[in-house]
Parts: sequence; C-alpha cells; structure tokens
Amino acid sequence: MTVSTQVFDAIVIGAGGAGMRASLALGVEGKRVAVISKVFPTRSHTVAAQGGINAALSNYDADDNWKYHFYDTVKGSDFLGDQHAIEYMCREAPRSIIELEHWGMPFSRDEKGKIYQRAFGGQSRFYGKEKVRRTCAVADRTGHALLHTLYQQNVAHNTQFYSEWFALELVKNKQGHFVGVTAINISDGSKCFFAAKQTILATGGAGRIYEQSTNAYICTGDGLGMAWRHNIGLQDMEMWQFHPTGLYGTGILISEGTRGEGGRLRNAQGDYYMSGYSKNADLACRDIVARSSVQEILAGRGCGPDKDHVHLDLTDLDEDTIRNKLPGITEIAQVYAGVDPRKEPLPVVPTVHYLMGGIPTTEYGQVIEHTPGGDKVIPGLYAVGECACVSVHGANRLGANSLLDLVVFGRAAGHHVAQLDETQPLVYDQDDIDQGFATYTQMMKRTSGIAHSVIRSKLQKIMQRDFGVYRNHSEMQSGLQALKQLKHDYDHSCYFADKSKVFNTNKIEALEVGNLLDVALSTAYASLYRTESRGAHSRMDYPERDDTNWCVHSVVYADESTVKRPVNVAPNEVKPVILEVRD
Amino acid sequence: MQLKIQRYDPEADVRPYLKAYTVDLNQVQGMMLLDVLEYIKDHLDPTLSIRRSCGGGVCGSDGMNVNGKNVLACQTQLATLPEDVTIYPMPGMPVVRDLVVDMSQFYKHFESVEPYLQPKQLPKDHEQIQSIEDRAKLDGLYECIMCGCCTSACPSSWWNPDKFVGPQGLLTAARFVADSRDGQKEKRLDNLSGKYKLYRCRGIFSCTTVCPKGLNPTQAIADLRSAQEDV
Repeated sequence: MTVSTQVFDAIVIGAGGAGMRASLALGVEGKRVAVISKVFPTRSHTVAAQGGINAALSNYDADDNWKYHFYDTVKGSDFLGDQHAIEYMCREAPRSIIELEHWGMPFSRDEKGKIYQRAFGGQSRFYGKEKVRRTCAVADRTGHALLHTLYQQNVAHNTQFYSEWFALELVKNKQGHFVGVTAINISDGSKCFFAAKQTILATGGAGRIYEQSTNAYICTGDGLGMAWRHNIGLQDMEMWQFHPTGLYGTGILISEGTRGEGGRLRNAQGDYYMSGYSKNADLACRDIVARSSVQEILAGRGCGPDKDHVHLDLTDLDEDTIRNKLPGITEIAQVYAGVDPRKEPLPVVPTVHYLMGGIPTTEYGQVIEHTPGGDKVIPGLYAVGECACVSVHGANRLGANSLLDLVVFGRAAGHHVAQLDETQPLVYDQDDIDQGFATYTQMMKRTSGIAHSVIRSKLQKIMQRDFGVYRNHSEMQSGLQALKQLKHDYDHSCYFADKSKVFNTNKIEALEVGNLLDVALSTAYASLYRTESRGAHSRMDYPERDDTNWCVHSVVYADESTVKRPVNVAPNEVKPVILEVRD
Repeated sequence: MQLKIQRYDPEADVRPYLKAYTVDLNQVQGMMLLDVLEYIKDHLDPTLSIRRSCGGGVCGSDGMNVNGKNVLACQTQLATLPEDVTIYPMPGMPVVRDLVVDMSQFYKHFESVEPYLQPKQLPKDHEQIQSIEDRAKLDGLYECIMCGCCTSACPSSWWNPDKFVGPQGLLTAARFVADSRDGQKEKRLDNLSGKYKLYRCRGIFSCTTVCPKGLNPTQAIADLRSAQEDV
C-alpha cells in the first residue's frame, strides 16, 4: 500500500490534556499543527482524573503561596524532582487555573463564588507547618471537565485533529533530527508519514503493563516505546505510583478527594490505621499510604475472605459533601462495587496509577540526552505530560499535580515550538520513512506465531508479581529474564490474525503490546539499577534512602546501559529545599 | 452466556450478519459486559472490533445497543443481563465495522452549537465569579461524555440525521446558555430557532431513558424553549 506524506509546522501525538494544551498554544500563534490521536480526543485518559488540580490561589486558606506548593512538591518527590522545573510549574499554576476558568471549565465554587479548593495529600503552608486546601476541583470530575474544556477550545480554534490514527514510529533523518512520525489510519488502514520540523509526544502513561491498573485500556506507553526504540534514554522508570484507593476487583480510581473531604482508611479490625503510620494520617503522600495499606494486608489485617484489601470509610461525611463534592465516586461505588458509600465502606487496594518517570525533558519540553558533558537537546523532539519526565514528580507525585503538569508544560512546549526560528529546511529521504514502517510491514506479513494477547497477559502478570509496591533483587531478576523471553517472542513470532484494513483493533492491540513490552523492560532495568528505597520505589533488600549514591535520576537505554543524571537543585527565585526525612 | 453480535467488515461482507458466541462466565475476569467482549476478542475471535478506552464509564467510547437499548458496555453489569444477549452497533449512525459506528455527523452537530464559553469580558488576574447557585445550574449538563447513546436513540435524529442537532447537541447548547459566565445567551438561543433545532424534538424521551450518565436532555430542551420565549 502506498504511503502519503503530509507536512505541518508541528505535530502533536496524543490528544489528552497535555497534547490539547500544546496544540492550543501552537494554534494561537498561527502554526499549522496536526494532532494525531488513536482515540477521539475526549476519550483520552485525562478524562478519568477526579480529585482536582493544584494551585496556590488562597481561595480557602489565606496566605497560601506557590513557594509552599513548591516546597511540598519537592518534599513529596522524595527529593528526586528537579527543583527548577517544580518552581516553574508551581509559579505558573495560579494563572494556568485562571486561564482554564476563563475558557469555561466549570469549577465548583465556594461561598464567595471563587474556585472551590479541597484538601489533598502532602499539602501544607508555611513550609510544612499547617495544612492547607490547595486543590481546585470540579466536584470529583475535574479531569473530565478539563479535557472537555480543552477540546471545546480546540474546536473554537479549528485545530486539525487526526482522530483514530495510530502513531507507529518516530522518523529521524540522517543528520539526527526528528522529522515526524509514521502512522496508520485505524478507520481504513491507510498509511501516512506526518512530516514536521517539530514533533511533540503527548501520549500519556502506560499503566497497562500491570494486571491491575487504574489506567484506561489505551494507556500503553506508545510514545515511551517510540522514543526507546530510537535509543533515547528513559528516566526514573522505576517510579510507578500505586494509588492507595483503586476499587478492589476492578482497579477503578477512587479519588484522593474522598480522603481530602474526610474519608479514612480502615483495616478488618476497624482501626483507622493511617494515624499510626504518619502524622499526616490519611493525607500523607500516596507512596506512604500505599505502603501502609500493604503493611496492614501483609500483617493479616486485610478485609474480605482473602484479607487482601482494605476499607475506605466515607460514612462520617455529611450528605451534602457526598452529593455535591463526590457524586462521581458515589456512582462508581454503586455501579462497580454495589456499595452505597453513605452507608458502607468501599473495598480498595493500592493499584498502579501513574508513571513519574518518562522521557527526560527541559522545562520547555525539549527531549534531552544526558552525556558526560551535560544535557544535550535532541533536535526536533518534545515530550509533555505523563510520557515526559521534566521532572516535577520525582519519586512520588503529589495528588492533583498531574493535571497541573499537563497544562503548564503542554503550554510551555507549544509556545517554545511556536517561537523557534525555523529557517532550516525539513530534510528526510524515503529510507527514513521506510524504516518507520518496517516493523509494521513485517508483522502484517506474519501469518502464524504467538497471539499478542498471550504475550500481554504474561507481561502483566510478571509486572504485577515482581515489580509491585515492594520489590527485591531476586524477584525482579527473574521477572526481567521472563520479560526478555517475551520480548524475544514478540520480535520473532508475535502475530495478529486479522489482516483486514477497516477498523482493525486486533492489529492496533498487537502494536500496543510492543510498546508495553518496551516500557516493562525499561521499568525492570531501572528498578534493578536503583539500589535504594525512595518514594514509590521500595526495595526490601535496600530499605533505606541512600542520598550519597542515589539522589540522582536513573536513565536506562534499550541496550541495557544505564547512567545517573544529576537532580537539579538550583531553582531561580527561591532557595532550594534541603534534604530531610519525610513524614 | 449466549451472545449474538452484529458483524460487518465492509471489505469482506456484503451485508451485516449476527454471529453467535457462547461464553462461560466463570472464565471471564470482571463483572461487566465489556469484560465479556474483551474475553471474546482475546480467546474466541480476535477479529471482533469495538471501541473502548477507560473501562469506567467516563470516556464514552463503548456505546452499543444491547438487547434493544443503548448502553455503555463498561458499566453494564453482567448480573443485570439475561442469558441471551444480542448486541448491535448504535442505531441511526453508519456502521464502520462490527460495533464501531461513524460519529462524524454527531460531532458536527456538537460543533454547530459553538460549544465553548464566550464571555463578554474577563477579569484580568482572577477567575470569573460564579455563585454556588449559578454553578449548580450546570449540574446535569456539563457531565455529558459524548458517547452518542442519546442521539442514536432519538427517532427525530434517525429521521433527519444530517439536519437535526439532536439531544447531545442541544444538551451542550443548554450547558452554555445556563452558564452565568457566558455572554452570548441571546445569540445562542437565536441559533437554535431553525426548523431542525429546538422544535424538532418531539418529546419522546428516548435520550433520557438511555443516557448512561443519568442526564436529561429532554428537560434541557424544554428549558431552552422556555428561555427562548423569555428573550
């Protein structure tokens, strides 16, 4: 089949919060931009975010300040976050939220008619001295409201969407510049090379490497896989956040907002155990809460016949709060667990939720390569949102900082691309394009072998078993060997039975499994590499944080090489946060 | 469970047909219809095409017609279904393949109501003020997930698919008309006065009956009509 070529000023891959914020920034500057998304924009996983988006607006508590937000985020990251990037995000937060409100995002309101703010984990003012309410919310549907608002604005600005197109591979020219992406139209199977001087990856997370995940089916790490296969080092890939409250059995997210509004975790004996683990009790950081719940389960105090989950108790919340602030959760509890949260506790369990690591970038989204001489910008390639590691989340993301990350860095990358002085010609040849279709063509031809669903199922079981909340060397090592075998199987014999052209999801899923495998391998390399416990990465064999050797980013490559990259501790306007023990 | 699912691949099939599947529910992980469809794809028939994303009832991808009613597969409990289940693509929209329909017309109608806030003027450094009461007027409107279940169930939309804005488009219009921050209420209502807009709804309530989010487009349309009379 022939390949068409379309040329744009810039390409955005992914139409979630980060991608659509970037496309708006480009559109406003009059750039010709294509947004390529494997799903219609409002089906992107941003839609599932619930609790809110952080900004020090001081609507509820006076005297909140972005500098306190900065402090909390650095500390929450277990000091693995880059302080200049965190500073940028927290300083930009208030105006980013105001902008969303001006675009029509239907925020909940307080008595003064201002944006409603709720409590969330890890938030304080006066540098840890007092609790603060900083999370701006649209009831418990903040992600839905944000994604739809951004889509509406893109409609208003006539953004050119290529919905239900699947991106295959990044294309690099002989000079080492990225010049676009190969893609197939899911609807009719046609192939296209999208050429542009700048490509922005906004492909989201990859939580589907695990068997149980809060993530959508579509979260398969496509951008991470594409970068990895071009030997771009991925950073902090061991840092997977387990959300303390995934609904038991289904993995569906139950917002941290439930605890922000007063809900508490309880074990089978009826003890509200979090106060025994942290002075912040149920509003401690997510890594701490997730570990605490696992400790309770391991100690035999879990709930249910198999003692394998815990309870989230919302029965003390008043009717008004449940109705107005947690309507989505109420619906989820009823539909997916048959539980009325006003009367009974919800069964929950720590569930993989978010990747703090990803493609390393500058605060403008430029993808970087770490060399002995320092960071080098890779020409033509940007990354934003969950697939990127800028790094504002370090080893543990604060709740409600992810939506903020999307809009702040989506905007920053879009603006940065729009301001580039692009006098150099766009250079590529047929060979560059053909390489971008090579794997796809090979798989189309294969008529027998191992079904991708078999590989995917094995992969998810390995990750769930060997790379969970607690890790140790021997399990991870055997997990890695099994992953390598799967990778070999995929490369040599994975096939899909359906070779048809029109809306062939069998084919798309097979391609996604390739990306899942690359993400899983990078996670395995990085998890074995980091011989300490920090944030979400908890090793039984190295239970302590090792600041002497490991207050650095891990970077891993497809050829299994590894390198350490320094953490930035030089914010511009504020003093750096000095290492301390978290509580 | 005995399922009959409409299959159609335009390259291979002259016309759509029903294909039967027998699924042992003990083999299926999960308790929703989507879990059964995923099981079929992974174990019985990899060629079945559906749309799905979040699996939790918020992305609006997997609308389909199950035993005569439009639903989201991911929030349809197996326990609520009988032993025999027949699944068609959502009616009233062209079939792309199997259970996947072409929603481009649906999106065009959405765009036709100018689905974005148009404030008269904006404060410079802070949010627009909106009272709790005014914000409450958006409840029941903004939660739409654009799954298409309503418009696909609407006889008026079946009759004039290319012209009638449909319940989703009108619900969206109502969401912006009801927003105290919007400055184009009159223009919006005016825009709804054509022959195929507000009054093409015949009050059949199919949209409301099927909405997986429990929204009420018929009520929204009635409210828009009253608002139009008040102008």
